[in-house]
Amino acid sequence: MGKIKLKPKAKKGVIKVKALVKHPMETGLRKDKKGNPIPANHIDHLTITHNGNKVVDADIGAAVSKDPYFQFQVPGAKGDEITLAYKDNNGGTGSATAKSK
Amino acid sequence: MKRRLFLKSAMASSAVATAVGAGLLTPKIIFAASDSFKATSDATVSAASAAAKGTFKFKAPKIAENGAVVPVSVDATNLNDVTNISFLVQTNNTPLAGSFNFAGALGFVSTRIKMGKTSPVTAVVTSGGSVSAITSEIKVTVGGCGG
Repeated sequence: MGKIKLKPKAKKGVIKVKALVKHPMETGLRKDKKGNPIPANHIDHLTITHNGNKVVDADIGAAVSKDPYFQFQVPGAKGDEITLAYKDNNGGTGSATAKSK
Repeated sequence: MKRRLFLKSAMASSAVATAVGAGLLTPKIIFAASDSFKATSDATVSAASAAAKGTFKFKAPKIAENGAVVPVSVDATNLNDVTNISFLVQTNNTPLAGSFNFAGALGFVSTRIKMGKTSPVTAVVTSGGSVSAITSEIKVTVGGCGG
């Protein structure tokens, strides 16, 4: 559904994972111009996998900004595979995989 | 003063919860967040109120010009065995912004959060089974939740 930018970069045994997910992150509390509530649509679960092992497992609330940005640090080396997967409250999912530089 | 504010908001949220329980309000409309997320939020709030002052680094702006995008980051790489990092925005409807569970990753997370108005923001770190927290007030000059 959304577009994901994933940039892992290894330095001194630590991979810096930068991720940008395109997602509207509607809280469900906002109203449109006619006063109708805009339905909630936000990521509620996100995981980061490193060479097949889950290293980060996050519960995300609606209070995270639109097009959320995350940064994590994972011990590892160049060439390791990092995967980001998310699930939103409407059942939408997305994932991206990148090899560390 | 901060403590008083905190208690107040905790009580207010529990009153809403009772109203939801009584079927007066539809939870879907009141809380965008799911029940389990709300439960995590409540648990984190109570853990944070009992937590010791943390020794990790919590980076947040003093003044956020745009409440829709407030960059916050926690660097707890000085602590061993970090299992969870959470962010609480105390005046938001559901205080918990995000709860990150770690298994193998270093205790570091950086993200952007939304804030409706000026509020104390708490970073909660669980490491080696003990909880510590740092609270920092972030002033918002323009609300992030639109209207």
